Amino acid sequence: MSDLLKIADKTYRSRLLVGTGKYQDFAETRAAIDASGAEIITVAIRRTNIGQTAGEPSLLDFLSPEEFTYLPNTAGCYSADDAVRTLRLARELLDGHKLVKLEVLGDPNTLYPNMIETISAAKTLVKDGFDVMVYCSDDPIIAKQLEEVGCCAVMPLASLIGSGMGILNPWNLQIIIENAKIPVLVDAGVGTASDAAIAMELGCQGVLMNTAIAAAKNPVLMAGAMKKAVEAGRDAYLAGRMPKKLYSASPSSPTTGLIT
Amino acid sequence: MQLTINGKPRNFDAQQFSVAHLVQLLELTGKRLAIELNGEIVPRSQFEHMVLKDNDKLEIVGAVGGG
Repeated sequence: MSDLLKIADKTYRSRLLVGTGKYQDFAETRAAIDASGAEIITVAIRRTNIGQTAGEPSLLDFLSPEEFTYLPNTAGCYSADDAVRTLRLARELLDGHKLVKLEVLGDPNTLYPNMIETISAAKTLVKDGFDVMVYCSDDPIIAKQLEEVGCCAVMPLASLIGSGMGILNPWNLQIIIENAKIPVLVDAGVGTASDAAIAMELGCQGVLMNTAIAAAKNPVLMAGAMKKAVEAGRDAYLAGRMPKKLYSASPSSPTTGLIT
Repeated sequence: MQLTINGKPRNFDAQQFSVAHLVQLLELTGKRLAIELNGEIVPRSQFEHMVLKDNDKLEIVGAVGGG
């Protein structure tokens, strides 16, 4: 078995990347991530609570950066400058860690990405030596431009962040995948296991999700389901599906030897 | 002196001290964090040497759960 996910010269066995937000507590976060089998986990960068938190456990106590590949994000950033500033802090926080998830939002209601600001931030970050996995709209031209500015992976949305609406435009995803020379991962919008399987069957190199697991009634069970879905979808893609046709005059059972 | 830390003003008796001392005062010793002083990142190796002055603005950040 050597079907590994390769991102910026590092390889991973798991093609499921997961977020660490929206869980009830750190123990549940840890249990869900273990069940998902994910090796890359996203984290947000936020102001430290000062004063009342001495001795309080932190995310890092439950998910050590030595055990997992941290993917710091720029969630909540609405400008290229804020995103770049956040990821420079993340790099300092994680001892020079270069792999990051860039997302620049355009609207607080839909959380739709602002691709003009995103491209601008991507250029700066690539120049600054970051390995940029970039969250983007499912526009094939934008995805290509992000590849051309030097991003190491493009991550188009399946549907809006936290919506659970699944893959709304598989045709665009297919065009993005066909045109890309870097990994394409679906990020955002996955609602349940079949969505993840479909993304992988389309030829995505991986899937990144948070809410689909964390907001399930049983997050740990859903995390396991997502792991299987991503693996099944990947295998189905590699196996090469049979062509679709409206009907077939070729039954699976022999047409001879029937009793008369 | 007065420092603005994560957007909030805070007063300190001492007139000057290092970033490392501030980390200690805020009971953040040993925590994984990154610090920005007046918009510039302070590398961890500089915490001992970087001296704070009145009206400095600091951002102290850590990693939290997110998607």
